[in-house]
Amino acid sequence: MSEQRLQSTQENRPEEQDATRRDFLKIAWGVAGLLALGEGTLVGLRFLAPRTVEGEFGGVFTAGAVEDFPPGSVTPFETGRFYLVRLEDGGFLAIYRRCTHLGCAVPYDPASGQFVCPCHGSAFALDGEVLNPPAPRPLDLFPVGIEDGMVLVDTGKPLQRDHASPSDVTYASGG
Amino acid sequence: MRQEITQTREPLLRRMWRSMQRDPLPPRDDRGRMRLVMNSLVLHLHPSKVAKPTLRFTYTFGLGGLSLLLGGVLGVTGVLLLFAYTPSPEAAYNSMLTLQTRVWYGQLIRNLHHWSANLLLVVVVLHMLRVFFTGGFRTPREFNWLLGIALLLLVVAANFTGYLLPWDQLAYWAITVGTSLLSYIPLAGEVISRLLLGGPEVGAATLTNFYALHIAVIPLLMAGIASFHLWRVRKDTLTVPRRADEPPPERVEKVTTIPHLISREVVFALVMLALLIGWSALVNAPLEEAANPSHSPNPAKAAWYFLGLQELLLHFHPFFAAIVIPGLGLTALAVLPYLESDMDVAGVWFRSKRGRWLAAFSTLIGVAAAVGLVLLDEFVLDLPALLPFLPTIISNGWVPFAALLLAIIGYGEFLKLLGARACEVRQALFVLLFAGFITLTAIGIFFRGPGMALVLPRGVLS
Repeated sequence: MSEQRLQSTQENRPEEQDATRRDFLKIAWGVAGLLALGEGTLVGLRFLAPRTVEGEFGGVFTAGAVEDFPPGSVTPFETGRFYLVRLEDGGFLAIYRRCTHLGCAVPYDPASGQFVCPCHGSAFALDGEVLNPPAPRPLDLFPVGIEDGMVLVDTGKPLQRDHASPSDVTYASGG
Repeated sequence: MRQEITQTREPLLRRMWRSMQRDPLPPRDDRGRMRLVMNSLVLHLHPSKVAKPTLRFTYTFGLGGLSLLLGGVLGVTGVLLLFAYTPSPEAAYNSMLTLQTRVWYGQLIRNLHHWSANLLLVVVVLHMLRVFFTGGFRTPREFNWLLGIALLLLVVAANFTGYLLPWDQLAYWAITVGTSLLSYIPLAGEVISRLLLGGPEVGAATLTNFYALHIAVIPLLMAGIASFHLWRVRKDTLTVPRRADEPPPERVEKVTTIPHLISREVVFALVMLALLIGWSALVNAPLEEAANPSHSPNPAKAAWYFLGLQELLLHFHPFFAAIVIPGLGLTALAVLPYLESDMDVAGVWFRSKRGRWLAAFSTLIGVAAAVGLVLLDEFVLDLPALLPFLPTIISNGWVPFAALLLAIIGYGEFLKLLGARACEVRQALFVLLFAGFITLTAIGIFFRGPGMALVLPRGVLS
């Protein structure tokens, strides 16, 4: 009896139409599910994204007057996490002290005139160029600006580079 | 009438007890013992009867159970530590000092947590080795091996996130080095690293993130997956040990779980707990001076379980040392049981008698090759200098990696020529690589001094 009824309903309803509706609902469920998943992921990632704090490491530092830094000097800035290097020719470089290999704080070794990383023995020249691997690239730079005889360093975004080049160096105007 | 009721009813307390514990305690006979296991929430982890040969201590060494015990110790001591610890860069280190000097049993609880965490890492690796060497992942247990790998990674993650919390020099720089490894993942590396650290460097946001991961996310995941893992063991049962080169027994004698298995477990757990508390009473967990972001100690080492990777970093381009080699290793580990589904050597230590010899031989080769290659790269060979016209990712990456891969494949083919079976060759290669990795880790722990130069070890715990 019930089997007969089942058969009759199947005959009455064209199979194609049935399949299309089912397919549509399947796809609709799938799309809705994916959307929900995407929304959840987006909300989660936005929620967990790093928060930047203004006025700390990441802002612009006024390092000092140009003449405070004799040529061939390296001056560390603790809170800015950089070294202000004045090359022999008078050019300035702000070198991020984070080793490009594994993130150690690279100290300056005055005896050899190099930055030598204690973690894995990478060594860098004054302009940040790699003298000894395993560091894969030179030390990162912060942009240096010179205004009214003062040296400004923007620690907002470290500049990565594949090789040190003379164009990295900032000169005081007329100097 | 009233008298009748009081006579048939049991006392209130007794009724309450019986509503909690339905089966008589202690059980009167084997039926009662089996029923007790069946009806108990906790004991139901076990079947009511187990194959007698699987009880042999030298088959499982109780390593899975020990992991569970250590997980319990970590849970209890971890919750206690929550009451004493403040997760902020300003307060964390001081709360550690207060914990160790002013809180009753604070040092002991911290020691227990620290040593259990380190021991757990060792024990889960040994557990994995035991399962591998006895073919314990034979069909239908392959997926449980994957769950085991997930648990191993979670144990590493728990150790790693916990490592930062004391906020001392050791913590700060080990995490700096460890998270920098991530930034070498192509494309996504920088994003993942920044997300995990909550900024460009290890700082306040990092501590918050690691704290949340350490006390909530990782333990919950672990509890869930460990339950799944145990449930699968319960469903699939243990492989039954047997002698090498003998067919599996047709009938295996079974005994009731109570008392045969339970008594062994309780005794083993108590002995291990006593040893753990004894050790923790005598040996303090390390605490160095407070974290100083401007001064990396020399040498700056990652946590001991990452020193094998750090050693690789001294010899390979970071993309290979941090990504390609560990990635391939993990993938190989994950597919192992699926490669071995054809073999019929479950329950036999090291596959066969020849398997034993090959495994022992491969261990020696692995140790010798790791030592030899480290010395060669340190003192003789300088590939980037020999091949200055190539970028270092090729000269210090593809070139040594391809050479190594060829040598490993060649070793496997050589064993096949000697007449070894496929499963024995796979085991030999596994042992070769594992022994090599352990050797690298040992070199990283004991033989790396200032500037990461090779030195002779001064002292194990210094």
